[in-house]
Amino acid sequence: MAMTLSTRRTWIGLVGLFLLALVPTGAEASGTPYLVNLATRFLIYGLAAVSLDLVIGYGAMVSFGHAMFFATGGYVVAIIAHHVAEAGPLFGWEGSMQALVVWPIALACCALLGALVGYLALRTRGVQFIMITLAFGQLVYIVLMSLQVYGADDGLLMNERNQLPGVNLDNPNQFYYVCLAILAIWTWICAHVVSSRFGMVLQALRQSERRAINLGAAPTPYRLTAFILSAIGTGMAGVLWANYAGLVTPDMAAWSKSGELMAIVILGGVGTLLGPIGGAAVFLGLEQTLSAWTEHWMLVMGPILVLVVLAGRNGLFGRWLGGDHGR
Amino acid sequence: MTLLLEQVLNGLQYGAMLFMLAAGLTLIFGIMGVVNLTHGSFYMVGAYCAAFAIAHTGSFLAAIVAALVGACAYGLLIEVTVVRRLYQRDHLYQVLATFGLILFTNEAVSLIFGRRPPLVDTPAILSGAVTLAPGFQYPVMRLAFIAIGALVAIGLWYLVNKTRVGMLVRAGADDREMVSAMGVDIGRLYTIVFGLGALLCGLAGVMAAPLLAVEIGMGERVLITTFVVIVIGGVGSVRGALAGALLVGMVDSLGRAYLPTLLEKVLSPEIAAPLAAGLASASIYLLMAIVLIVKPMGLFPARA
Repeated sequence: MAMTLSTRRTWIGLVGLFLLALVPTGAEASGTPYLVNLATRFLIYGLAAVSLDLVIGYGAMVSFGHAMFFATGGYVVAIIAHHVAEAGPLFGWEGSMQALVVWPIALACCALLGALVGYLALRTRGVQFIMITLAFGQLVYIVLMSLQVYGADDGLLMNERNQLPGVNLDNPNQFYYVCLAILAIWTWICAHVVSSRFGMVLQALRQSERRAINLGAAPTPYRLTAFILSAIGTGMAGVLWANYAGLVTPDMAAWSKSGELMAIVILGGVGTLLGPIGGAAVFLGLEQTLSAWTEHWMLVMGPILVLVVLAGRNGLFGRWLGGDHGR
Repeated sequence: MTLLLEQVLNGLQYGAMLFMLAAGLTLIFGIMGVVNLTHGSFYMVGAYCAAFAIAHTGSFLAAIVAALVGACAYGLLIEVTVVRRLYQRDHLYQVLATFGLILFTNEAVSLIFGRRPPLVDTPAILSGAVTLAPGFQYPVMRLAFIAIGALVAIGLWYLVNKTRVGMLVRAGADDREMVSAMGVDIGRLYTIVFGLGALLCGLAGVMAAPLLAVEIGMGERVLITTFVVIVIGGVGSVRGALAGALLVGMVDSLGRAYLPTLLEKVLSPEIAAPLAAGLASASIYLLMAIVLIVKPMGLFPARA
């Protein structure tokens, strides 16, 4: 019996969600509770990767500066926490540790940055777009490096996690479930966005810009909206990361972080949304295993990335998820 | 006045270095359509080879040969093994594959040459300073850098406009399939251009070795600036690379020299100093943003 692609994706998504929901129980049963922390990192990177896939896979916008949103989200919550704890009011505001107050502020900042960068970068296409997003990412990195009041290159500690009513974010398992819920909801939203009329136009623009324009679609508003959406999702990952790690550093905005996110998306399968989540698990798992094995793990990781590219265009999971994008 | 002259010369020197890197990168993109992130790695390999040669022979000439040979050989190796398979692929995959190569190169270089940054002394013939104006001296090494940059610019102009290889390069940039259909071995042309780009990186590497720190990661920093140069100048255009390199060199060096004093006039010193440092680093990105708003395809677009 043939399954349509979208039902197959729904099933794979639901099974994946079910398995991920079992992780804390499984970790406890097997006596390895630290696995929950590792899995939390997968989820956070997965959230960023799904967001990046939205622009790369569906909008054909190869952003090489997405780490800037990851860093912005993290820095906003960490800076507010810093002002609550020791630095005093920020622009006359006492600050807050309430997630429901602080997180939307962080996401709004990411949306604003996304609008600004997207507006400028979308004046170009192709390789210029790659280089410009890279340059803007570097600009954010430089700004964070020169923020003396917020620790400059040492980064900024976030000693306490934000507070969410009814949930204890300090508990690793509960924090894990919050991350999982956010990832699931965001992936669901993205899946609806790409199959909506908006997403159809976005993909039409990817396939043939000229044809889509002649059918009456103005490219920039669609692409810019997708870029801002992606910035928000990546920023959310940054917010969760700041809470998870208790530390934000300028490295969150480094160009190599953007490269890692891109590698995760390609590893998992471009234009599949679910694939990049698997890609995050594989990439971080590889990183973990290789760096435990040898200090020179990049000597192995680099060629692996090259082989993934040379092997094909579907990534590891693209075949099952039906992703088929680019050459 | 002497400060201005010194900063203009510094800007020229930085521009000369950026041009050596940007010219190759823009040609590689212009005719092959490949986004090559490893370009910065060739520069690093060149600098390390130079440092290694000078530590063992003491001769700067040997360092130049080592840098050119090392960078060019590594470039050709990368072209034959990996980049050749990426010509028909999407930019996204080219970026990831060459990103992987950067990780590999950085780790391999630190394994081979050690983690400690090697020191490269200025060769005797280029050390010291000359008096350019009454009371104004300027290091010979930097002047030599500017001169070599100018020679490279003239040489490339001659190569691209007056030779058969240059003609094929221009034709290839316009219409790959047609050049191939006319019986030209396009694969060999690609390899030549790629090797030439890597060679120029080696040259920039050996010239920069006495002036800048030779260390892991030096390639990526300059790579990103090189991208800014290419975007400003217009991707694929050597003329644009020259204009972009000089512009970025000047803005960077003048910004570092004058922003602190300018800001101190309006702000208190504690605020002005870090702000000026940040703004100076950011100035080239702001320049790029402004150029893009006015001319999205860069100053000298390769194709109209």
